[in-house]
Amino acid sequence: MRSVIIGCGRVGATMAAALEAAGHDVTIVDLVTRAFDRLPAAFSGDAVRGDGTDEDTLRRAGVEGADLFLALTEGDNRNIMAAQLALEALRVGRVYAKVNDPVRADAYAELGIGTICRTTMMSEAILAALGEPVGGEPAIHEPRPHDHEHGAEAVAATVTGSAPAAGAAWAGGPAAARAGGLSAAPAAPSAPSREA
Amino acid sequence: MFVMVVGGGKVGYYLTKELSESGHEVVLMEKDRTRADRIADEIGSIVVAKDGCEGSALAEAGANRADVIAAVTGDDEDNLVICQMAKHHFAVPKTIARVNNPKNELLFKHLGVDEIISPTRMILGSIEQDIPVHELLHLAALTGEFELIEAHLDDDSPAVGRNAREIGLPDGCAIVAIVRDDAAQAIRPDTILQAGDKVIATGRPECEPVLHEALIGRVVT
Repeated sequence: MRSVIIGCGRVGATMAAALEAAGHDVTIVDLVTRAFDRLPAAFSGDAVRGDGTDEDTLRRAGVEGADLFLALTEGDNRNIMAAQLALEALRVGRVYAKVNDPVRADAYAELGIGTICRTTMMSEAILAALGEPVGGEPAIHEPRPHDHEHGAEAVAATVTGSAPAAGAAWAGGPAAARAGGLSAAPAAPSAPSREA
Repeated sequence: MFVMVVGGGKVGYYLTKELSESGHEVVLMEKDRTRADRIADEIGSIVVAKDGCEGSALAEAGANRADVIAAVTGDDEDNLVICQMAKHHFAVPKTIARVNNPKNELLFKHLGVDEIISPTRMILGSIEQDIPVHELLHLAALTGEFELIEAHLDDDSPAVGRNAREIGLPDGCAIVAIVRDDAAQAIRPDTILQAGDKVIATGRPECEPVLHEALIGRVVT
């Protein structure tokens, strides 16, 4: 399994080590060389210095055709753009972006990339620890099945469909063969209604 | 027309000013409050000091009824997200993004941004009109007065459709390799050159006019 991580902060560095331990072939990208100091000494994957929203950098890092892409920098928009580049231009199998703004996290889940919202995750964890009820949008949205041949339009058609239809597309799509997602939550989209 | 401008830098500032002077309804979103206040002091209360990437802020500024949104911040990723949020969340009919990295143009188009403005590309285009595009590129000076050059073959190149021997380079210079479809390959006697190839050749500096004529076709004065 070939995995690429953008952003070698605490989360990125921890994930790089964890995925490598799990047997992945890991490449990590960061703008700043010193960020790689966070990697454990035993890390044997590739560390590439460069801008993760730059297509040339991503190609250089071998993103094309990778199995897994995690955009874990500090910037929501940077993560969103890197993830869409990986999905649309570089044909990565599964793509996740860390998006700390819950509204944007939900919106982009609608557009097909997987999103992980630390804000929701933390608040849910704290509420749960306090014994308060937890609800609302999930902290992790799984990526929608992506049609690499037809790109965004095919995906948009899937996404704009009714919730059961979109769910069925997930269950029957090429992604169905993939192993379970990052979260235990059902993969079927919650289909928040659009304002327009 | 109701136009939303996101990003209160120089472009956003002048855009807002021009639009409002020509009678359009305009709102400028600028997340930096100091900057937003300064612009508001000058052009009136059409400035919203909020982040245009946030759904709630876009809603508050009236994205639901906007005819056009122009994302003109200095960051490509922000401009992309602004346009996508406007398009998919608020069904804004026309989204315009400024891009700095010209390579992002295709991606943005593919991701549904209606209009993409690349100042970098415009300036590049203007410069390229003034210089001959197809030149020999000097890659390196080798020892013994040899230099390594690269030539980009187009349809007009006299070398297209011929192999290295048919091109007939004089002693002292030779084609050593080509780059085709982003892959370098050594030149073989039967390699036929194609338009689009990058040809790597070596020779003494005085061979350059000959190489130029053989690979590109016209001698530069």
